[in-house]
Amino acid sequence: MDICSSWDGTLSSSDFRVAATTLSKKWKVINPVFPPWTWVPCPRRPFWVASSDSEVDGYLSLENFYQLSSNEVGHRCSIETQALNNLVDVLCSYKSSPAKEELVNCGKEEPVDNATLVQSDDQEMHFYDFHIVYSNSYRVPVLYFRGYQSDGQLLALDEIERDLPLNSLKILRESKWTFMTQEEHPYLNRPWYTLHPCGTSEWMKLLFLGGDSQTKDGPTIQQQYLVSWLSVVGQAVGLRIPLEMINNSCPLYPVNSVTLSNEVND
Amino acid sequence: MVGLGTEAQKYVWEGAIPLQIHLHESEITTLPSPPPALILGPRMGYLPLLVPQIKPYFSDTLPPGVDTVWFDYKGIPLKWYIPIGVLFDLLCVEPERPWNLTVHFRGYPADLLSPCEGEDSVKWSFINSLKEAAYIINGNSKNVMNMSQVDQLELWRSILNREMEVFLRISSKLKLGTVGEDYTKKVTSPRQTNSETDTAGSSRTGRIPVRLYVRNVGEDIDDLEDVPPIDSWDRICYINKPVEIHKEEGKIFTLHDAVKVLLPEFFPDEEPSIDEEISRIELEDEPEAPESNLCNQDLNISTAKKAEVGASADEHQLESSHVSGKSEIRLVRIQGIEPKLDIPFSWVVTNLMNPEHFLHICVCVGVSQDPSKTR
Repeated sequence: MDICSSWDGTLSSSDFRVAATTLSKKWKVINPVFPPWTWVPCPRRPFWVASSDSEVDGYLSLENFYQLSSNEVGHRCSIETQALNNLVDVLCSYKSSPAKEELVNCGKEEPVDNATLVQSDDQEMHFYDFHIVYSNSYRVPVLYFRGYQSDGQLLALDEIERDLPLNSLKILRESKWTFMTQEEHPYLNRPWYTLHPCGTSEWMKLLFLGGDSQTKDGPTIQQQYLVSWLSVVGQAVGLRIPLEMINNSCPLYPVNSVTLSNEVND
Repeated sequence: MVGLGTEAQKYVWEGAIPLQIHLHESEITTLPSPPPALILGPRMGYLPLLVPQIKPYFSDTLPPGVDTVWFDYKGIPLKWYIPIGVLFDLLCVEPERPWNLTVHFRGYPADLLSPCEGEDSVKWSFINSLKEAAYIINGNSKNVMNMSQVDQLELWRSILNREMEVFLRISSKLKLGTVGEDYTKKVTSPRQTNSETDTAGSSRTGRIPVRLYVRNVGEDIDDLEDVPPIDSWDRICYINKPVEIHKEEGKIFTLHDAVKVLLPEFFPDEEPSIDEEISRIELEDEPEAPESNLCNQDLNISTAKKAEVGASADEHQLESSHVSGKSEIRLVRIQGIEPKLDIPFSWVVTNLMNPEHFLHICVCVGVSQDPSKTR
């Protein structure tokens, strides 16, 4: 109890490594057909900087992932979807609209989905690489990603935008500089797209405090951190987490959406 | 202090690099070639902000097309989001005056450089770094995110116009802490230290935003003038990692201590003290709040038994000494000067920090080039 109440939603670099192992194993069990999350240790770091963090330094990588259609998200106006949308809003430091407008927006999403559905017939297959990197500054995971076509040609920003879920696209239009930008990948020295992490610790704390008692002790939080984190962040980029993985860590019951709505409105 | 600034801060704010900017030959359409542009680049500024000054020199000779401005130094594209002074300190081990750069208005290397849309990109890169620094120091970025539009604009203008006093007045609202004062209080008043530790906020005031740039100049080079230029950013190790200031009664945390935290493998002779420090920290912090434990874990101090910690530490030390048996730190440069390593770190932070509240440290190490490992 003490650990939970004083916990600030952050993660140490060594706990990040533990959480990465957990995510990798669960993903392999539940999604055996999908490409795996694999740990990439100390990539391309010059040999002469043998960091004492060598066992911890590295990132989690999911590559050659075929992008799922965002239509699935739009077609469900369930409470779960609303709760996740609220989480995405908090993630992006975006002040969401009142609940009623949310309901209206759900209704309005249908026509747009049709347009997207038409577009998707013309599109080539898009593949994505996702990297989860630990931020020493924020002490939270950060998602880096890039997209490319089957021939390896990198996707331009407008092509990436077309693959984004509708809610993310809306936020990107309104707060371009603080939601998603191209930044230098910490290990690869190349521009990658990334979601800004400055609000992560706050909504991760909310996410865990809202869960049932089984998830409140320290070790469990640290182990399940990445699975829960990805269940939110993945939504923002169209990478969906199967419910089995979520249920094993931190279930999102209707109670959570009420709590989150109150928090967001503050 | 606020509104005035220290004498050292004034020097830092006024610092500038004499630049001689040449237009890339592929973009010259007139004869004779236009002469280079001679411009002073503020140390704390960013290259894209110089474009309005540079463009008039070359606009008559440019080929048709849309401007996508970028710079290179001896073939290496310059990262626009790194302050000019840091780029100079890092890439010119032996200062080159004037610094000869090449400007391009076409052919942006999008696979190597993040996109830059002029002043807006620079401004938001700065703001996002400021948020990051605020998070490191305070545990959240709220003061930056809650800045009024007026303050935000005025803060940015103070950077553009190099107005230190305006900057200090506005940034004081962000309450990013004066490291020296906090550190002094903790040293002089043990009881107050304990009470402050109980507060969540103050327990984080010991984190300093640092960006470290490390390059290897080789083992055999005696004269830094003989260092060959870098041809790729892959040869520079960039470490974005806060420095935790350790609490030791009666002992001042120095620049040497900070560099040792960031690059421990270059201090093999001090293995015993490292182990001792680890033990002390573990002992002191055990009864304290879990947050302290999380902080310690950032330093790889696990909750395992002390013996295990000692054992793993020894193993790391052995590995480090094996890898870097003949390695040494040749140079530590901040804001163009090479401070003595025994200077108090709090002074370095207070006086040599960049406006986005990061201390940028350039380090040159001397390690023999091992061809088999490099490949």
